[in-house]
Amino acid sequence: MTEAQAIRRLVKPALWLAGLTPLAWQVWAFFTGHLEAEPVKGMEHFTGRTALVILFITLSVTPLRRLTGWNGIIKVRRLIGLFAFFYALVHFSIFLVFDLALSFGDLTREVVKRPWITVGFSALLLLAVLAATSPQAMVRRLGRRWRTLHRLIYVAAALGVLHFTWAQKKDIRLPLIYAGVLAGILALRLVPARAAVRPGPLRRR
Amino acid sequence: MLIRRSSPPGIPSSEITDEKLYWSRREWLASVGFGLAGAGLPGLQGEALKPTPYDLVTGYNNFYEFGTGKDDPKANAHTLKPKPWGIVVEGDVKRPGVYDLDDFFRGLAPEERVYRHRCVEAWSMVAPWLGYPLRDVIKRLEPGPKARYVEFITLLDPVQMPGQRRRVLDWPYLEGLRMDEAMHPLTLLVVGVYGKPLPNQNGAPVRLVVPWKYGFKGGKSIVRIRFVEQQPRNTWNIAAPNEYGFYANVNPAVDHPRWSQARERPLGQFFMKPTLMFNGYADQVASLYAGMDLRVNY
Repeated sequence: MTEAQAIRRLVKPALWLAGLTPLAWQVWAFFTGHLEAEPVKGMEHFTGRTALVILFITLSVTPLRRLTGWNGIIKVRRLIGLFAFFYALVHFSIFLVFDLALSFGDLTREVVKRPWITVGFSALLLLAVLAATSPQAMVRRLGRRWRTLHRLIYVAAALGVLHFTWAQKKDIRLPLIYAGVLAGILALRLVPARAAVRPGPLRRR
Repeated sequence: MLIRRSSPPGIPSSEITDEKLYWSRREWLASVGFGLAGAGLPGLQGEALKPTPYDLVTGYNNFYEFGTGKDDPKANAHTLKPKPWGIVVEGDVKRPGVYDLDDFFRGLAPEERVYRHRCVEAWSMVAPWLGYPLRDVIKRLEPGPKARYVEFITLLDPVQMPGQRRRVLDWPYLEGLRMDEAMHPLTLLVVGVYGKPLPNQNGAPVRLVVPWKYGFKGGKSIVRIRFVEQQPRNTWNIAAPNEYGFYANVNPAVDHPRWSQARERPLGQFFMKPTLMFNGYADQVASLYAGMDLRVNY
């Protein structure tokens, strides 16, 4: 089996399975009464944290590739990134349905009035732009500008962590851990790539 | 323990001659007294109060002394020793001293009151508390003319309360009421819930319950009651003065800076319902705040 085949037949199915597991857990908890006493808050927190964690994994792909020299890993980055967007979207949808009862007037008011929601909503919009420009055709069409555009993932991740921190009543230990992890992943990019595997022009299939 | 169920507090006859007051009292009785008894009497706004299940009332708590997670208090509060328990009474009062909790309430009969409980975080529940009207306790202690406020100081003991080893809040937890709020017949010193002694995670052995205010006004595991002239400080106001005030009256028209207070989510439910002014006790308590700007005094 070639590397490309291994990725297609093993790695990607495994990622689909892993990516859908958090959702399956929430659906199971929803239907069997295993959610928290505040079920909506519980689902919001869970999906929000899941989105951030998957976003961090997405951001780890490049450092991992540079540190290990395993270039093939880049082929799964889009899939992971799309899962991050998916959970951010589920997180937002729960808020829209259960907290705002699908009132777009209330949504506008909340986004305008409350900075921490403005921040979270901005992160979601950025991820939506990245998801929309993720298909191969868009990559080709945007050419050089694609890479510039997709640097917005750093902004989205930082806004996501800020939103998470701001959502806390008082105890911000967990968001600070997230911030530390994000800083660590970004710092890895400063480690020089091994000369032999310095990435050339990005080729995607 | 003698439990007087659904009994009215001793309101002097001078207070019930007025017809309007009479009817508000009927409503109040219906809302606080007969909810649990299931007598079918409607509560305020025509809604019968159905207590939130025991497991939720005692398993979902904000009690940072045992951790900041909602299920931390139930898991960690076993280290609290609620008996024996002393309460210090001090300040401008005729009978100061250190009271054993049993002596503190001796001669008073606990009452069961089914109250709405509205957390500032926008969740809510209904709890069948067991407690003593604070006014009966205060009357016996005979506060002096300088006693304009009552301050409640709760236990400071990082051994019994491991959450206090972190300074997530200024310990001990402090709360306070204006004297007329403290003397209001709805205000309770609670010692039990669901007919049982208060579980540690709910603030054993004695806590404050002020049903028209956000839950954080109800200090738990109280060890000191002080009659003072100046408005006391309260812990959440110290922690975030722009978000939590001294009065903390439930008010759907005044948002928390980060979320709306117009609606609330009953524990265990998916959809929100409107929050009532003064948590549904407006007829009983609105007059306490006549002329006050509740946006400023949030």
